[in-house]
Amino acid sequence: MANKNKEILGQPIWGNNPVVVQILGICSALAVTAQLKPAIVMGLSVTVIVALSNVVISLLRKTIPNRIRIIVQLVVVAALVTIVSEILKAFAYDVSVQLSVYIGLIITNCILMGRLEAFAMQNGPKESLLDGIGNGLGYAAILIAVAFVRELLGSGTLFGFQVIPQWCYDHGYMNNGMMLMSPMALILVGCIIWIHRAQFKDLQEK
Amino acid sequence: MAAKEFKCTVCGYVHKGDKAPDVCPLCQAPASKFEPVKKELNTNGNVYTVVYAAVMVIIVAFLLVFVSDSLKERQQVNVIQDTYKQILYSLNIREIGDVSATYNSTIEGDYLLNSNGSLKKNDGEFCTSYKTEFKNGRLHVFKAVVNGETKYVIPVNGLGLWGDIWGYVALNEDCKTVYGTYFSHASETPGLGGELAQQYVQERFIGKKVHDGSDITLTVVKFGQAKNDESKVDGMTGATITSNGVNSMLRTVLEAYKPFILSNSNK
Repeated sequence: MANKNKEILGQPIWGNNPVVVQILGICSALAVTAQLKPAIVMGLSVTVIVALSNVVISLLRKTIPNRIRIIVQLVVVAALVTIVSEILKAFAYDVSVQLSVYIGLIITNCILMGRLEAFAMQNGPKESLLDGIGNGLGYAAILIAVAFVRELLGSGTLFGFQVIPQWCYDHGYMNNGMMLMSPMALILVGCIIWIHRAQFKDLQEK
Repeated sequence: MAAKEFKCTVCGYVHKGDKAPDVCPLCQAPASKFEPVKKELNTNGNVYTVVYAAVMVIIVAFLLVFVSDSLKERQQVNVIQDTYKQILYSLNIREIGDVSATYNSTIEGDYLLNSNGSLKKNDGEFCTSYKTEFKNGRLHVFKAVVNGETKYVIPVNGLGLWGDIWGYVALNEDCKTVYGTYFSHASETPGLGGELAQQYVQERFIGKKVHDGSDITLTVVKFGQAKNDESKVDGMTGATITSNGVNSMLRTVLEAYKPFILSNSNK
């Protein structure tokens, strides 16, 4: 049992990553990865929301009418996101200002609906919690990896601090403005998928 | 209420009744082979679905109202503190310990502009939405004293690429040049238009000429085109629409404040 739980938690982080294997949550991965800080904040918020909504839906799963299950899931997610956003506004105002747009994006993040529909509707609350945390962290990991490259090459900074020394700029180095455009995030996600498929050959398409 | 159901574990025959039959009519299995069928909640009925949806919505609505109502006061305090902070940022006071104390010691007063350009004290409460105030023709000016010099802070509002942009422009006492600015945005592209909220962009405005004696001249131009022009400011690379938004925001708002700005310059 302990092994199974470990698998539920660990699998989504790399082996069955929601972004690179299930191809969920791509749109928000493009939007928030120009810089590291919003990427981390977004990753953590999604982790919290997926875990919580997974637990709620898992507890309700036997009572939810089949025909309106998507609506029920949506209402639960939207309510949770709104509550978290209100709490942040009251107790961590700076974070909520940081999150401004992304908090709305969380509701539309397909990882949430994907996990609720695929996992929480069939499994108990404990497993669902682990699954939510695992998928959230897997999503966060990809976001952070992409944001790291984009911020470093696009702005020469990490977390807003200059890391590429002035010396390089004096000798003709230039920030790659292309990196800040969302298509580059897609290409970077593609590179990550490439590395991933090289490791997991059975996922390669013939 | 339907009677209990028992299912034969050998052939699957379902018997309705209070207890299991002695012998299964199909396969002759004894009563011990029968198991009671657990009634599953019928979650597909129309009534159930409608009631479920209604109850869920009511619960969620009450929950949200409760959360929003109980946190309102704290949130309001945060918004006011944040507005204080933004006003102070525009005065180049960026390291703030106690926001309220710094604000009270720096800002001498919140004034409203009369149509002839003179100021009258704002008797109302401290306002946090200068967009509506501007629309309603209530033009606020904050009078601040920094290092013994008088500065005027004007709240500005406009539209960027994706949504609202706003900020505060601090002018020197004679209203001829910019003392400092602070801008923020609701949803500009991070790394491009979003750089508007960065200090290095805001500092480009410092010392720029606001007007030429009759017209507002402060302009935001494409990055690299400002050169050393005394009233042009470099915009942000790759964010033309946001930069244009800042430009028209400054133009629109400062135009409305023109009587005040010009009369101060002519003193």
